[in-house]
Amino acid sequence: MSFQSKNDNKEKAMATPSSLASVAANGRKPGTSTLGIGLEARGVHAWFGKHHALANVSLDFPAGTVTALIGPSGCGKSTFIRTLNRMHEFIPGAAMAGKVLLDGKDIYEPGTDVTKIRLKIGMVFQKPNPFPSMTIGENVLSGLKLAQLKNANKDDLMEECLVRAGLWNEVKDRLNAHGGSLSGGQQQRLCIARALAVNPQVLLMDEPCSALDPGSTLRIEETIKELSETMTIVIVTHNMQQAARVSDFTAFFLADGGPGEMIETAATSQIFSQPRDKRTENYVTGRFG
Amino acid sequence: MTMLEDRGQRPIPSPREISTQPRFSDKVFRAVVTTGGLSSLAILGLIAAFLGYQGFEILVKEGITFITTSEWTVEVDSFGAITNTTFGLAAMLVGTILCALIAVLIAVPVSVAAAIFLSFYAPASLKKVLVSIIDLMAAFPSILFGFWGLFVLMPSAEYWARLINRYLGFIPIFKVDPPIFTRSPFIAGVVLAIMIIPIVTSISREVFSQTPLDRIQAAYALGATRWNVIRTVALPYARGGIVGGSMLGLGRAMGETVAVYTVLNIVYQINWQVLFGAGGNVASLILLKFGEAQPYEIKALMAAGLVLFLLTLFVNFIADQIVAKSGSKGR
Repeated sequence: MSFQSKNDNKEKAMATPSSLASVAANGRKPGTSTLGIGLEARGVHAWFGKHHALANVSLDFPAGTVTALIGPSGCGKSTFIRTLNRMHEFIPGAAMAGKVLLDGKDIYEPGTDVTKIRLKIGMVFQKPNPFPSMTIGENVLSGLKLAQLKNANKDDLMEECLVRAGLWNEVKDRLNAHGGSLSGGQQQRLCIARALAVNPQVLLMDEPCSALDPGSTLRIEETIKELSETMTIVIVTHNMQQAARVSDFTAFFLADGGPGEMIETAATSQIFSQPRDKRTENYVTGRFG
Repeated sequence: MTMLEDRGQRPIPSPREISTQPRFSDKVFRAVVTTGGLSSLAILGLIAAFLGYQGFEILVKEGITFITTSEWTVEVDSFGAITNTTFGLAAMLVGTILCALIAVLIAVPVSVAAAIFLSFYAPASLKKVLVSIIDLMAAFPSILFGFWGLFVLMPSAEYWARLINRYLGFIPIFKVDPPIFTRSPFIAGVVLAIMIIPIVTSISREVFSQTPLDRIQAAYALGATRWNVIRTVALPYARGGIVGGSMLGLGRAMGETVAVYTVLNIVYQINWQVLFGAGGNVASLILLKFGEAQPYEIKALMAAGLVLFLLTLFVNFIADQIVAKSGSKGR
C-alpha cells in the first residue's frame, strides 16, 4: 500500500515543470551511481557515559529509499540516527563503536573531515530550529555560508529548495521576513529547505512532525515522498501511520531492559502486515508503546 | 451604533472588569520585593540629592565653566583664608572618558576571545579552573591592580607606548610632546582594561553558554566548522549581552579611583595625546584633593561627584538603548 502511494507521487512529480522533476523523470533508480550506493550501519553501538544505549545495529539504507525507524520511547532510535552523521559525539560522554559507511567509506575513519560528512548527510530535527537572526531567504542559504560553499545563482537555489520543501508559495512574497515569523509547520519546512540547499545525499529526519499539526504533517510527508526521488531518507517517527505512509522500509527498535536493539527490519508493507517477530507485531498493532 | 440599529443580532457587551483578590501571603511577598526594588532607586536618588545639595553653591557660581574649563585652584592668604578659587573639570572629564575608552577598546576583544575559548574550546577541567580564577579576579581589590600597574606594568607599557609613538606617531592622538611616556592615559587605560576584563569575560561567557543548543546543532548539521557556528549562531545571539557587559565594564572604568590615581599623572589641562604622561580622572581628582580640602573646596568636589554621577548615568542609559536595540535580533 505504501509503495502504491509513492508511485502515484512519482507521476505527480514528473508532471511538475521543475528542474527537480526532470531529474526524477530521468529515472534515477535506487542504487544508481548519481545517488551513490547509500548508507550502511555495521554493528553500531552507542554509549552515554557508562550507559549502553544502543547495541549492535546493522542496517542498510539503499540509495533513493525512505527508511522509517520506529519503536517506543527510549529504544535508541534517535541515538542511532545521530550516529549516522556524527551528531552523537556532541553529547558530553558520548561514545560509539562499529562503522557507518557512506558509499562504502567509513565516516568515523580517523582523519575524516566531519564537516564534509555532515554536508553529505543532512539532518532535520524534532523541534524546528531556523536561525532567528536570519531572514527566510538567508535561512535557506545559511548552509552555503556556514560551510563556505560558493554558488553562482543563489536566488534560483533558494527558490528550488523552497519549492522542494513545499514552502515556496507560502513565503515567496516575504523572503525578507524573519524565520521566526513562520508557523511551526512552516518553520520545519524551512529547516528542510535549508538542509536541501547544501545538496545532501542522505537526509536524516528525527521525528520531524512530532511538534506539528496534522495539516503541516501531511505537507511534510508529501515533501518526503518527493525528496526520496533524489536522495536517501531516514526518518525516526513515533507515528506508525506515518511510517506506513512514507517509507519503503521500516526498522523496529526496542530496549527490553538492556540497551536498545533493532528487532526487525523489512519492507514497510511486510512489517505492518506480517512481521516475523512477535514483539514487532505487538508494537505495530498497538498492544504497547 | 446603538442597540436598536443592531436589531437581529445579539447586543455586544462592554468588556468586563477583571480583578482578583490576592491572598495575604501574596500581598506580604509583594510588599517585600517592592521594598527591595524601590530601595535601590531610593538610595540612588538620595545620593544624587546629597551631591546636588552640597555642590549647588559651586555649580551656581561656576556655571557652565565648571565643565568647560580646566583650572582647579584655591588661593589662600597667609592666614589660611580663601582669597580666590577657580574650579573647572574639563580636563578631568576628557581624561575619564579617554581612559575608560582605551580600557574598553583593549578589554572587549580580549574578553570576547576569552569567553569564546571558555565556552567552545576549553577542555572541561581547564574551563572549571579558569572560570573560577576569572570570577575571583572580578572581585580583586583595585588598589592591587594599581600597585601592579605602577611597578610591573608601567616599564613594559612605556616600551609599548614608545613603539606605538615611533610607528604611529603621525596620528595626532599618538603624538608625544615632550617625550614623557610614563603615567599616561594609555597606561591607565591598560590597567583599567586588565581590571574590567574579568567582568566582561564573565558576562560574555554567561551569554554564550545560553546559546540555544538546537541552533548550534542545526549549524553543525549543515556542515559548519566550529568557527562558523560561533560566527553565525553564537555571536549574533550573544551580541546584546556582550554590549551590556562592555558597558558595565565602561561604567566601572569611568568610576575607578584608586588604580587610576596610582598610575596616572593628573594634570589640569585637556590632553588628547594618549601616550603622553598627563591625564585626568574625576574620581581620582576627588581622592587627590579630598584629604587637604577646606570646606569650600569639598563642596566643589561634591559637585564634581555629581557630574561624574550624571556622566555614568548617561553612559548606562546609552548602553541600555544599545542593548535594547541589538538584544532582540539574534534571539
